[in-house]
Amino acid sequence: MTAVTGVSALSVRNLVKSFGGRPVVKGVSFDLAPGEVLGLVGESGSGKSTVARCVARLTKPDSGEIRLGGRDVLGASRRELRTLRRDMQMVFQDPYSSLNPRMTAGALIEEGLLVHGIEPDRRKRRDRATALLETVGLSAADADRHPRSFSGGQRQRIAIARALAVEPKVLICDEVVSSLDVSVQAQVLNLFRDLRERLDLSILFIAHDLAVVHYLCDRVAVLDQGSLVEIGPCGEIYRRPAHPYTRSLLDAVPVPDPAAERARQAV
Amino acid sequence: MTPLLELDDLRASFPGPDGPVEVLRGVTMSVAAGEKVALVGESGSGKSVTARAVLRLDRDASLSGRVLLDGKDVLGLSERAMRDVRGARIGLVFQDPLASLNPVMTIGWQIMQPLLIRGVKKKEARRRGVELLGRLGVRDADRRFDDYPHQFSGGMRQRVVIAIAVIAEPALLIADEPTTALDVRVQAQVLTLLRELAAERSMSVLLITHDLGIVAGFADRVVVMRHGAPVEQGVVDDIYARPQHPYTRGLLASVPRIDDDPSRRLSTVDEAALEGEVR
Repeated sequence: MTAVTGVSALSVRNLVKSFGGRPVVKGVSFDLAPGEVLGLVGESGSGKSTVARCVARLTKPDSGEIRLGGRDVLGASRRELRTLRRDMQMVFQDPYSSLNPRMTAGALIEEGLLVHGIEPDRRKRRDRATALLETVGLSAADADRHPRSFSGGQRQRIAIARALAVEPKVLICDEVVSSLDVSVQAQVLNLFRDLRERLDLSILFIAHDLAVVHYLCDRVAVLDQGSLVEIGPCGEIYRRPAHPYTRSLLDAVPVPDPAAERARQAV
Repeated sequence: MTPLLELDDLRASFPGPDGPVEVLRGVTMSVAAGEKVALVGESGSGKSVTARAVLRLDRDASLSGRVLLDGKDVLGLSERAMRDVRGARIGLVFQDPLASLNPVMTIGWQIMQPLLIRGVKKKEARRRGVELLGRLGVRDADRRFDDYPHQFSGGMRQRVVIAIAVIAEPALLIADEPTTALDVRVQAQVLTLLRELAAERSMSVLLITHDLGIVAGFADRVVVMRHGAPVEQGVVDDIYARPQHPYTRGLLASVPRIDDDPSRRLSTVDEAALEGEVR
Protein backbone atom coordinates (compact mmCIF):
# COMPACT_ATOMS: atom_id res chain seq x y z
CA MET A 1 0.00 0.00 0.00
CA THR A 2 2.88 2.31 0.70
CA ALA A 3 4.97 1.46 -2.34
CA VAL A 4 4.45 3.95 -5.13
CA THR A 5 4.19 1.94 -8.30
CA GLY A 6 3.03 3.16 -11.68
CA VAL A 7 1.11 6.41 -11.76
CA SER A 8 0.51 8.17 -8.45
CA ALA A 9 -3.02 9.26 -7.69
CA LEU A 10 -1.50 12.61 -6.86
CA SER A 11 2.02 13.83 -7.29
CA VAL A 12 3.37 17.11 -5.95
CA ARG A 13 6.82 18.38 -6.92
CA ASN A 14 8.75 21.35 -5.52
CA LEU A 15 5.67 23.25 -4.51
CA VAL A 16 6.51 26.84 -3.55
CA LYS A 17 4.14 29.51 -2.30
CA SER A 18 4.72 32.85 -0.59
CA PHE A 19 2.30 35.38 0.75
CA GLY A 20 3.44 39.01 0.62
CA GLY A 21 7.05 37.97 0.04
CA ARG A 22 7.00 35.60 3.01
CA PRO A 23 7.66 32.00 1.95
CA VAL A 24 5.00 29.71 3.40
CA VAL A 25 5.61 26.53 1.39
CA LYS A 26 9.27 26.04 0.47
CA GLY A 27 9.57 23.30 -2.11
CA VAL A 28 7.31 20.47 -0.95
CA SER A 29 7.25 17.15 -2.86
CA PHE A 30 5.27 14.00 -2.19
CA ASP A 31 3.26 11.26 -3.87
CA LEU A 32 -0.11 9.86 -2.96
CA ALA A 33 -0.50 6.26 -4.12
CA PRO A 34 -3.83 4.92 -5.36
CA GLY A 35 -5.89 3.81 -2.37
CA GLU A 36 -3.48 5.37 0.09
CA VAL A 37 -4.29 7.66 3.01
CA LEU A 38 -1.45 10.11 3.54
CA GLY A 39 -1.43 12.29 6.63
CA LEU A 40 0.07 15.77 6.41
CA VAL A 41 0.86 17.07 9.88
CA GLY A 42 2.41 20.22 11.25
CA GLU A 43 1.84 23.06 13.67
CA SER A 44 -0.02 26.25 12.87
CA GLY A 45 1.88 28.20 10.26
CA SER A 46 3.64 25.09 8.96
CA GLY A 47 1.96 25.56 5.58
CA LYS A 48 -0.16 22.39 5.61
CA SER A 49 -3.42 24.09 4.66
CA THR A 50 -1.66 26.12 1.98
CA VAL A 51 -0.36 22.88 0.45
CA ALA A 52 -3.93 21.55 0.43
CA ARG A 53 -5.28 24.70 -1.17
CA CYS A 54 -2.58 24.72 -3.83
CA VAL A 55 -3.22 21.08 -4.68
CA ALA A 56 -6.95 21.79 -5.07
CA ARG A 57 -6.03 24.91 -7.08
CA LEU A 58 -7.90 27.16 -4.71
CA THR A 59 -4.61 29.07 -4.36
CA LYS A 60 -2.13 29.46 -7.17
CA PRO A 61 1.37 28.35 -6.14
CA ASP A 62 4.42 30.41 -7.20
CA SER A 63 6.04 27.37 -8.77
CA GLY A 64 6.06 23.60 -8.71
CA GLU A 65 4.21 20.78 -10.36
CA ILE A 66 1.02 19.02 -9.39
CA ARG A 67 -0.21 15.96 -11.25
CA LEU A 68 -3.51 14.20 -10.68
CA GLY A 69 -3.35 10.71 -12.12
CA GLY A 70 -0.60 11.96 -14.42
CA ARG A 71 -2.54 15.03 -15.61
CA ASP A 72 -1.06 18.48 -15.09
CA VAL A 73 -3.17 20.45 -12.60
CA LEU A 74 -1.43 23.83 -12.67
CA GLY A 75 -1.32 24.12 -16.46
CA ALA A 76 -4.89 22.88 -16.93
CA SER A 77 -7.30 24.90 -19.05
CA ARG A 78 -10.67 25.87 -17.59
CA ARG A 79 -12.22 22.95 -19.36
CA GLU A 80 -9.63 20.47 -18.13
CA LEU A 81 -9.95 21.92 -14.66
CA ARG A 82 -13.61 20.92 -14.57
CA THR A 83 -12.70 17.27 -14.99
CA LEU A 84 -9.87 17.61 -12.54
CA ARG A 85 -12.20 19.11 -9.96
CA ARG A 86 -14.47 16.16 -10.37
CA ASP A 87 -11.62 13.76 -9.73
CA MET A 88 -10.35 15.71 -6.74
CA GLN A 89 -12.74 16.82 -4.04
CA MET A 90 -12.12 18.70 -0.83
CA VAL A 91 -13.67 18.57 2.65
CA PHE A 92 -13.00 21.44 5.05
CA GLN A 93 -12.76 21.85 8.80
CA ASP A 94 -15.86 23.85 9.46
CA PRO A 95 -19.07 22.08 8.45
CA TYR A 96 -20.98 25.20 9.51
CA SER A 97 -19.54 27.46 6.83
CA SER A 98 -18.90 24.98 4.02
CA LEU A 99 -22.55 24.08 3.41
CA ASN A 100 -25.01 26.53 1.84
CA PRO A 101 -27.61 27.04 4.58
CA ARG A 102 -30.43 27.56 2.09
CA MET A 103 -30.04 24.19 0.38
CA THR A 104 -31.34 20.88 1.71
CA ALA A 105 -28.93 18.04 2.43
CA GLY A 106 -30.25 16.24 -0.64
CA ALA A 107 -29.74 19.25 -2.92
CA LEU A 108 -26.24 19.80 -1.53
CA ILE A 109 -25.29 16.24 -2.40
CA GLU A 110 -26.97 16.34 -5.82
CA GLU A 111 -25.32 19.60 -6.82
CA GLY A 112 -22.08 17.99 -7.99
CA LEU A 113 -23.94 15.37 -10.00
CA LEU A 114 -25.83 18.15 -11.74
CA VAL A 115 -22.94 20.55 -12.28
CA HIS A 116 -20.70 17.88 -13.72
CA GLY A 117 -23.51 16.45 -15.83
CA ILE A 118 -23.04 13.06 -14.25
CA GLU A 119 -26.69 12.27 -13.68
CA PRO A 120 -29.10 14.39 -15.72
CA ASP A 121 -32.14 12.36 -14.66
CA ARG A 122 -33.76 13.94 -11.62
CA ARG A 123 -35.13 10.75 -10.11
CA LYS A 124 -31.84 8.91 -10.46
CA ARG A 125 -29.99 11.87 -9.00
CA ARG A 126 -32.25 11.76 -6.02
CA ASP A 127 -31.67 8.02 -5.64
CA ARG A 128 -27.93 8.50 -5.68
CA ALA A 129 -28.15 11.24 -3.06
CA THR A 130 -30.20 8.92 -0.88
CA ALA A 131 -27.67 6.13 -1.29
CA LEU A 132 -24.87 8.53 -0.37
CA LEU A 133 -26.69 9.70 2.73
CA GLU A 134 -26.88 6.09 3.79
CA THR A 135 -23.21 5.53 2.94
CA VAL A 136 -22.22 8.24 5.42
CA GLY A 137 -24.57 6.97 8.10
CA LEU A 138 -27.55 9.28 7.60
CA SER A 139 -30.93 8.28 6.24
CA ALA A 140 -33.13 9.00 3.23
CA ALA A 141 -35.42 11.12 5.38
CA ASP A 142 -32.55 13.53 6.04
CA ALA A 143 -32.49 14.62 2.37
CA ASP A 144 -35.14 17.29 2.91
CA ARG A 145 -33.57 18.85 6.00
CA HIS A 146 -31.45 21.99 5.98
CA PRO A 147 -27.90 22.12 7.38
CA ARG A 148 -28.95 24.10 10.49
CA SER A 149 -31.06 21.19 11.72
CA PHE A 150 -28.06 18.85 11.79
CA SER A 151 -25.36 18.55 14.45
CA GLY A 152 -21.72 19.35 13.64
CA GLY A 153 -20.87 15.69 13.10
CA GLN A 154 -23.87 15.15 10.85
CA ARG A 155 -22.97 18.23 8.83
CA GLN A 156 -19.50 16.89 8.30
CA ARG A 157 -21.08 13.66 7.03
CA ILE A 158 -23.11 15.69 4.54
CA ALA A 159 -19.94 17.49 3.40
CA ILE A 160 -18.30 14.10 2.91
CA ALA A 161 -21.30 12.69 1.00
CA ARG A 162 -21.29 15.82 -1.18
CA ALA A 163 -17.61 15.33 -1.98
CA LEU A 164 -18.08 11.61 -2.69
CA ALA A 165 -21.08 12.18 -4.97
CA VAL A 166 -18.96 12.85 -8.04
CA GLU A 167 -16.88 9.72 -7.35
CA PRO A 168 -13.53 11.46 -6.97
CA LYS A 169 -10.25 9.60 -7.08
CA VAL A 170 -8.60 11.88 -4.57
CA LEU A 171 -10.14 13.41 -1.47
CA ILE A 172 -8.38 16.29 0.26
CA CYS A 173 -9.44 16.63 3.89
CA ASP A 174 -8.33 19.73 5.76
CA GLU A 175 -8.75 19.33 9.55
CA VAL A 176 -12.09 17.60 9.01
CA VAL A 177 -12.44 16.22 12.53
CA SER A 178 -10.78 18.93 14.59
CA SER A 179 -13.93 20.83 15.47
CA LEU A 180 -15.84 17.71 16.50
CA ASP A 181 -16.33 16.26 19.98
CA VAL A 182 -14.30 13.10 20.61
CA SER A 183 -17.21 10.69 20.41
CA VAL A 184 -18.38 12.25 17.14
CA GLN A 185 -14.79 12.43 15.91
CA ALA A 186 -14.48 8.68 16.43
CA GLN A 187 -17.62 8.10 14.36
CA VAL A 188 -16.33 10.23 11.48
CA LEU A 189 -12.89 8.59 11.63
CA ASN A 190 -14.52 5.17 11.46
CA LEU A 191 -16.59 6.39 8.52
CA PHE A 192 -13.37 7.30 6.68
CA ARG A 193 -11.97 3.86 7.44
CA ASP A 194 -15.05 2.15 6.02
CA LEU A 195 -15.09 4.39 2.96
CA ARG A 196 -11.52 3.67 2.04
CA GLU A 197 -12.22 -0.01 2.20
CA ARG A 198 -15.35 0.25 0.10
CA LEU A 199 -14.28 2.85 -2.41
CA ASP A 200 -11.16 3.13 -4.48
CA LEU A 201 -10.16 6.40 -2.91
CA SER A 202 -6.87 8.13 -2.13
CA ILE A 203 -6.97 10.61 0.73
CA LEU A 204 -4.67 13.49 1.60
CA PHE A 205 -5.53 14.00 5.25
CA ILE A 206 -4.33 17.29 6.73
CA ALA A 207 -4.43 17.42 10.52
CA HIS A 208 -2.63 18.83 13.52
CA ASP A 209 -3.68 15.91 15.74
CA LEU A 210 -1.01 13.23 15.55
CA ALA A 211 -3.16 10.60 17.25
CA VAL A 212 -5.89 11.03 14.62
CA VAL A 213 -3.34 10.62 11.81
CA HIS A 214 -1.87 7.57 13.54
CA TYR A 215 -5.32 5.99 13.61
CA LEU A 216 -6.29 6.69 10.01
CA CYS A 217 -3.25 7.06 7.79
CA ASP A 218 -0.88 4.65 6.03
CA ARG A 219 1.91 7.19 5.78
CA VAL A 220 2.60 10.52 7.38
CA ALA A 221 4.40 13.60 6.08
CA VAL A 222 5.67 16.08 8.66
CA LEU A 223 5.75 19.72 7.67
CA ASP A 224 7.82 22.29 9.58
CA GLN A 225 7.86 25.93 8.49
CA GLY A 226 7.00 25.13 4.91
CA SER A 227 9.35 22.18 4.42
CA LEU A 228 8.79 18.45 4.68
CA VAL A 229 11.17 17.18 7.33
CA GLU A 230 10.10 13.55 7.24
CA ILE A 231 7.77 11.25 5.32
CA GLY A 232 7.18 7.54 5.73
CA PRO A 233 4.91 4.77 7.00
CA CYS A 234 3.09 5.73 10.20
CA GLY A 235 4.23 2.59 11.99
CA GLU A 236 7.89 3.53 11.53
CA ILE A 237 7.70 7.27 12.08
CA TYR A 238 5.63 7.05 15.24
CA ARG A 239 7.92 4.41 16.67
CA ARG A 240 11.25 5.78 15.48
CA PRO A 241 11.04 9.37 14.31
CA ALA A 242 14.25 10.23 12.48
CA HIS A 243 13.92 13.99 12.62
CA PRO A 244 14.24 15.87 15.94
CA TYR A 245 11.24 18.03 15.03
CA THR A 246 9.02 14.98 14.59
CA ARG A 247 10.32 13.61 17.88
CA SER A 248 9.51 16.83 19.71
CA LEU A 249 5.98 16.80 18.30
CA LEU A 250 5.39 13.18 19.32
CA ASP A 251 6.85 13.77 22.78
CA ALA A 252 4.32 16.52 23.40
CA VAL A 253 1.22 14.47 22.54
CA PRO A 254 -0.68 13.66 25.72
CA VAL A 255 -1.89 10.09 26.20
CA PRO A 256 -5.12 9.32 28.08
CA ASP A 257 -3.33 7.14 30.60
CA PRO A 258 -2.36 8.63 33.99
CA ALA A 259 0.52 6.20 34.62
CA ALA A 260 2.00 6.75 31.17
CA GLU A 261 1.71 10.51 31.60
CA ARG A 262 3.47 10.44 34.97
CA ALA A 263 6.27 8.36 33.49
CA ARG A 264 6.60 10.86 30.66
CA GLN A 265 6.69 13.86 32.96
CA ALA A 266 9.34 12.25 35.11
CA VAL A 267 11.73 12.19 32.13
CA MET B 1 -11.32 19.51 56.47
CA THR B 2 -13.46 22.02 54.58
CA PRO B 3 -12.76 21.89 50.86
CA LEU B 4 -11.62 25.14 49.28
CA LEU B 5 -14.46 25.06 46.80
CA GLU B 6 -17.64 23.10 47.15
CA LEU B 7 -20.51 23.03 44.71
CA ASP B 8 -23.72 21.72 46.16
CA ASP B 9 -26.53 20.96 43.72
CA LEU B 10 -25.56 23.94 41.55
CA ARG B 11 -28.22 24.68 38.96
CA ALA B 12 -28.17 27.29 36.24
CA SER B 13 -30.77 28.28 33.74
CA PHE B 14 -30.76 30.86 30.99
CA PRO B 15 -33.74 32.67 29.48
CA GLY B 16 -34.86 31.03 26.23
CA PRO B 17 -37.61 31.77 23.73
CA ASP B 18 -39.87 29.21 25.40
CA GLY B 19 -39.03 30.01 28.98
CA PRO B 20 -35.90 29.28 31.02
CA VAL B 21 -33.55 26.57 29.77
CA GLU B 22 -31.85 24.56 32.48
CA VAL B 23 -28.19 24.18 31.56
CA LEU B 24 -26.80 22.92 34.85
CA ARG B 25 -28.97 20.25 36.43
CA GLY B 26 -27.42 19.88 39.82
CA VAL B 27 -23.63 19.88 39.98
CA THR B 28 -22.17 18.60 43.22
CA MET B 29 -18.40 18.45 43.46
CA SER B 30 -15.49 19.89 45.39
CA VAL B 31 -11.90 21.05 45.07
CA ALA B 32 -9.62 20.64 48.09
CA ALA B 33 -6.81 23.05 48.91
CA GLY B 34 -3.85 22.36 46.61
CA GLU B 35 -5.83 19.87 44.58
CA LYS B 36 -6.02 19.77 40.78
CA VAL B 37 -9.45 18.79 39.53
CA ALA B 38 -10.42 18.38 35.89
CA LEU B 39 -13.93 18.98 34.67
CA VAL B 40 -14.30 17.07 31.40
CA GLY B 41 -17.13 16.74 28.96
CA GLU B 42 -18.14 17.35 25.37
CA SER B 43 -19.62 20.55 24.00
CA GLY B 44 -22.86 21.43 25.71
CA SER B 45 -22.08 19.36 28.79
CA GLY B 46 -22.08 22.46 31.00
CA LYS B 47 -18.42 22.37 32.03
CA SER B 48 -17.73 26.01 31.10
CA VAL B 49 -21.02 27.21 32.53
CA THR B 50 -20.06 25.55 35.81
CA ALA B 51 -16.77 27.45 35.89
CA ARG B 52 -18.46 30.72 34.99
CA ALA B 53 -21.17 30.16 37.59
CA VAL B 54 -18.54 29.86 40.33
CA LEU B 55 -17.43 33.39 39.45
CA ARG B 56 -20.96 34.54 38.60
CA LEU B 57 -19.82 35.78 35.21
CA ASP B 58 -23.08 35.23 33.32
CA ARG B 59 -25.45 37.99 34.32
CA ASP B 60 -28.47 36.45 32.63
CA ALA B 61 -28.02 33.10 34.36
CA SER B 62 -30.25 32.31 37.30
CA LEU B 63 -28.29 30.21 39.73
CA SER B 64 -29.48 28.05 42.59
CA GLY B 65 -27.84 25.64 44.95
CA ARG B 66 -24.67 26.60 46.77
CA VAL B 67 -21.16 27.62 45.72
CA LEU B 68 -19.07 27.50 48.88
CA LEU B 69 -15.66 29.12 48.84
CA ASP B 70 -13.91 28.45 52.16
CA GLY B 71 -17.30 27.40 53.44
CA LYS B 72 -18.95 30.70 52.47
CA ASP B 73 -21.66 30.82 49.80
CA VAL B 74 -20.65 33.21 47.02
CA LEU B 75 -24.10 33.14 45.45
CA GLY B 76 -25.25 35.38 48.29
CA LEU B 77 -22.41 37.89 47.99
CA SER B 78 -22.93 41.45 46.79
CA GLU B 79 -21.49 42.34 43.40
CA ARG B 80 -18.86 44.41 45.21
CA ALA B 81 -17.77 41.50 47.38
CA MET B 82 -17.79 39.29 44.30
CA ARG B 83 -15.24 41.55 42.63
CA ASP B 84 -12.89 40.77 45.46
CA VAL B 85 -13.35 37.05 44.98
CA ARG B 86 -12.48 37.32 41.29
CA GLY B 87 -8.77 37.73 40.93
CA ALA B 88 -7.85 37.71 44.62
CA ARG B 89 -9.35 34.38 45.67
CA ILE B 90 -9.99 32.85 42.24
CA GLY B 91 -7.96 33.52 39.10
CA LEU B 92 -9.35 32.76 35.67
CA VAL B 93 -7.75 31.76 32.37
CA PHE B 94 -9.78 31.42 29.19
CA GLN B 95 -9.10 29.55 25.98
CA ASP B 96 -8.42 32.47 23.69
CA PRO B 97 -5.61 34.68 24.97
CA LEU B 98 -6.24 37.29 22.29
CA ALA B 99 -9.80 37.81 23.40
CA SER B 100 -8.88 38.10 27.06
CA LEU B 101 -6.13 40.69 26.61
CA ASN B 102 -6.67 44.38 25.99
CA PRO B 103 -4.95 45.11 22.66
CA VAL B 104 -4.25 48.79 23.40
CA MET B 105 -2.62 48.32 26.81
CA THR B 106 0.87 46.98 27.43
CA ILE B 107 0.97 43.50 28.87
CA GLY B 108 2.76 44.89 31.91
CA TRP B 109 -0.07 47.29 32.64
CA GLN B 110 -2.51 44.37 32.44
CA ILE B 111 -0.43 42.10 34.63
CA MET B 112 -0.09 44.82 37.31
CA GLN B 113 -3.82 45.65 37.46
CA PRO B 114 -4.84 42.97 39.98
CA LEU B 115 -2.15 44.32 42.33
CA LEU B 116 -2.69 48.03 41.68
CA ILE B 117 -6.41 47.90 42.35
CA ARG B 118 -5.57 46.24 45.66
CA GLY B 119 -3.32 49.11 46.65
CA VAL B 120 0.12 47.66 45.88
CA LYS B 121 2.60 50.43 44.90
CA LYS B 122 3.41 50.60 41.21
CA LYS B 123 7.12 49.94 41.65
CA GLU B 124 6.44 46.84 43.72
CA ALA B 125 3.72 45.68 41.30
CA ARG B 126 6.14 45.99 38.41
CA ARG B 127 8.86 44.11 40.25
CA ARG B 128 6.48 41.24 41.03
CA GLY B 129 5.03 41.27 37.52
CA VAL B 130 8.41 41.07 35.81
CA GLU B 131 9.51 38.32 38.18
CA LEU B 132 6.38 36.28 37.51
CA LEU B 133 6.61 36.76 33.75
CA GLY B 134 10.19 35.55 33.88
CA ARG B 135 9.09 32.57 35.97
CA LEU B 136 6.53 31.77 33.26
CA GLY B 137 9.31 31.47 30.72
CA VAL B 138 9.09 34.82 28.96
CA ARG B 139 12.67 35.74 28.15
CA ASP B 140 13.81 39.31 28.67
CA ALA B 141 10.74 39.82 30.85
CA ASP B 142 11.80 43.30 31.98
CA ARG B 143 11.98 44.66 28.45
CA ARG B 144 8.95 42.74 27.17
CA PHE B 145 6.84 44.03 30.05
CA ASP B 146 6.15 47.20 28.04
CA ASP B 147 5.20 45.36 24.83
CA TYR B 148 1.65 45.02 23.51
CA PRO B 149 -0.25 41.71 23.11
CA HIS B 150 0.16 41.65 19.31
CA GLN B 151 3.93 41.51 19.77
CA PHE B 152 3.60 38.08 21.44
CA SER B 153 3.00 34.64 19.92
CA GLY B 154 -0.06 32.62 20.96
CA GLY B 155 1.85 30.60 23.54
CA MET B 156 3.51 33.69 25.02
CA ARG B 157 0.16 35.49 25.20
CA GLN B 158 -1.30 32.59 27.15
CA ARG B 159 1.61 32.95 29.62
CA VAL B 160 0.68 36.61 29.99
CA VAL B 161 -2.93 35.63 30.67
CA ILE B 162 -1.76 33.14 33.28
CA ALA B 163 0.41 35.84 34.87
CA ILE B 164 -2.63 38.14 35.16
CA ALA B 165 -4.65 35.30 36.68
CA VAL B 166 -2.14 34.32 39.34
CA ILE B 167 -0.33 37.57 40.22
CA ALA B 168 -2.66 38.29 43.13
CA GLU B 169 -1.93 34.77 44.41
CA PRO B 170 -5.42 33.30 44.28
CA ALA B 171 -6.11 30.12 46.22
CA LEU B 172 -7.87 28.67 43.17
CA LEU B 173 -7.13 28.96 39.47
CA ILE B 174 -9.94 28.16 37.07
CA ALA B 175 -8.54 27.39 33.62
CA ASP B 176 -11.13 26.96 30.87
CA GLU B 177 -9.58 25.10 27.91
CA PRO B 178 -6.33 27.04 28.45
CA THR B 179 -4.36 25.18 25.78
CA THR B 180 -6.99 24.34 23.20
CA ALA B 181 -5.88 27.12 20.84
CA LEU B 182 -2.20 26.20 21.16
CA ASP B 183 0.05 23.89 19.18
CA VAL B 184 0.88 20.60 20.84
CA ARG B 185 4.43 21.49 21.92
CA VAL B 186 3.38 24.86 23.35
CA GLN B 187 0.47 23.13 25.04
CA ALA B 188 2.88 20.78 26.80
CA GLN B 189 4.98 23.74 28.00
CA VAL B 190 1.98 25.68 29.29
CA LEU B 191 0.62 22.62 31.13
CA THR B 192 4.00 22.02 32.74
CA LEU B 193 4.06 25.65 33.89
CA LEU B 194 0.59 25.40 35.35
CA ARG B 195 1.56 22.23 37.18
CA GLU B 196 4.74 23.80 38.58
CA LEU B 197 2.95 26.99 39.56
CA ALA B 198 0.24 25.03 41.37
CA ALA B 199 2.88 23.05 43.27
CA GLU B 200 5.01 26.08 44.20
CA ARG B 201 2.06 28.05 45.53
CA SER B 202 -0.09 25.15 46.78
CA MET B 203 -2.72 26.60 44.49
CA SER B 204 -5.80 24.58 43.62
CA VAL B 205 -6.68 24.27 39.95
CA LEU B 206 -10.01 23.58 38.34
CA LEU B 207 -9.17 22.66 34.76
CA ILE B 208 -11.98 22.62 32.22
CA THR B 209 -11.13 20.57 29.15
CA HIS B 210 -12.46 18.20 26.52
CA ASP B 211 -9.08 16.48 26.19
CA LEU B 212 -8.77 13.25 28.14
CA GLY B 213 -5.05 13.10 27.41
CA ILE B 214 -4.46 16.41 29.17
CA VAL B 215 -6.55 15.31 32.14
CA ALA B 216 -4.49 12.14 32.57
CA GLY B 217 -1.28 14.12 32.87
CA PHE B 218 -2.61 16.99 34.96
CA ALA B 219 -5.41 16.20 37.35
CA ASP B 220 -5.57 14.49 40.73
CA ARG B 221 -9.28 13.99 40.37
CA VAL B 222 -11.70 14.15 37.49
CA VAL B 223 -15.38 15.02 37.18
CA VAL B 224 -17.08 13.80 34.00
CA MET B 225 -19.98 15.99 32.91
CA ARG B 226 -22.83 15.20 30.56
CA HIS B 227 -26.03 17.14 29.88
CA GLY B 228 -25.38 19.58 32.70
CA ALA B 229 -24.54 17.19 35.52
CA PRO B 230 -21.64 15.00 36.61
CA VAL B 231 -22.10 11.37 35.61
CA GLU B 232 -19.01 10.18 37.46
CA GLN B 233 -16.18 11.57 39.56
CA GLY B 234 -13.16 10.21 41.32
CA VAL B 235 -9.39 9.86 41.47
CA VAL B 236 -7.95 10.08 37.98
CA ASP B 237 -6.28 6.63 38.05
CA ASP B 238 -9.51 4.95 39.13
CA ILE B 239 -11.66 6.64 36.51
CA TYR B 240 -9.26 5.79 33.69
CA ALA B 241 -8.64 2.22 34.83
CA ARG B 242 -12.18 1.39 35.93
CA PRO B 243 -14.75 3.81 34.50
CA GLN B 244 -18.10 2.93 36.03
CA HIS B 245 -20.47 4.97 33.92
CA PRO B 246 -21.16 3.85 30.32
CA TYR B 247 -20.64 7.43 29.12
CA THR B 248 -17.18 7.65 30.68
CA ARG B 249 -16.34 4.26 29.19
CA GLY B 250 -17.55 5.38 25.77
CA LEU B 251 -15.63 8.62 25.96
CA LEU B 252 -12.36 6.91 26.90
CA ALA B 253 -12.78 4.31 24.16
CA SER B 254 -13.36 6.94 21.51
CA VAL B 255 -10.02 8.73 21.94
CA PRO B 256 -7.37 7.75 19.39
CA ARG B 257 -3.97 7.24 21.03
CA ILE B 258 -0.51 7.28 19.54
CA ASP B 259 0.51 4.36 21.76
CA ASP B 260 -2.38 2.20 20.59
CA ASP B 261 -2.55 -0.36 17.81
CA PRO B 262 -4.23 1.65 15.03
CA SER B 263 -5.86 -1.45 13.60
CA ARG B 264 -8.09 -1.60 16.66
CA ARG B 265 -11.30 0.15 15.82
CA LEU B 266 -12.35 3.08 17.99
CA SER B 267 -15.65 2.60 19.67
CA THR B 268 -17.99 5.49 20.22
CA VAL B 269 -20.35 6.61 22.92
CA ASP B 270 -23.36 4.35 22.66
CA GLU B 271 -26.19 6.86 22.78
CA ALA B 272 -28.75 4.07 22.67
CA ALA B 273 -27.35 2.48 25.82
CA LEU B 274 -27.55 5.87 27.52
CA GLU B 275 -31.15 6.50 26.53
CA GLY B 276 -32.40 5.13 29.83
CA GLU B 277 -30.24 7.62 31.76
CA VAL B 278 -31.88 10.52 33.52
CA ARG B 279 -31.67 13.64 31.40
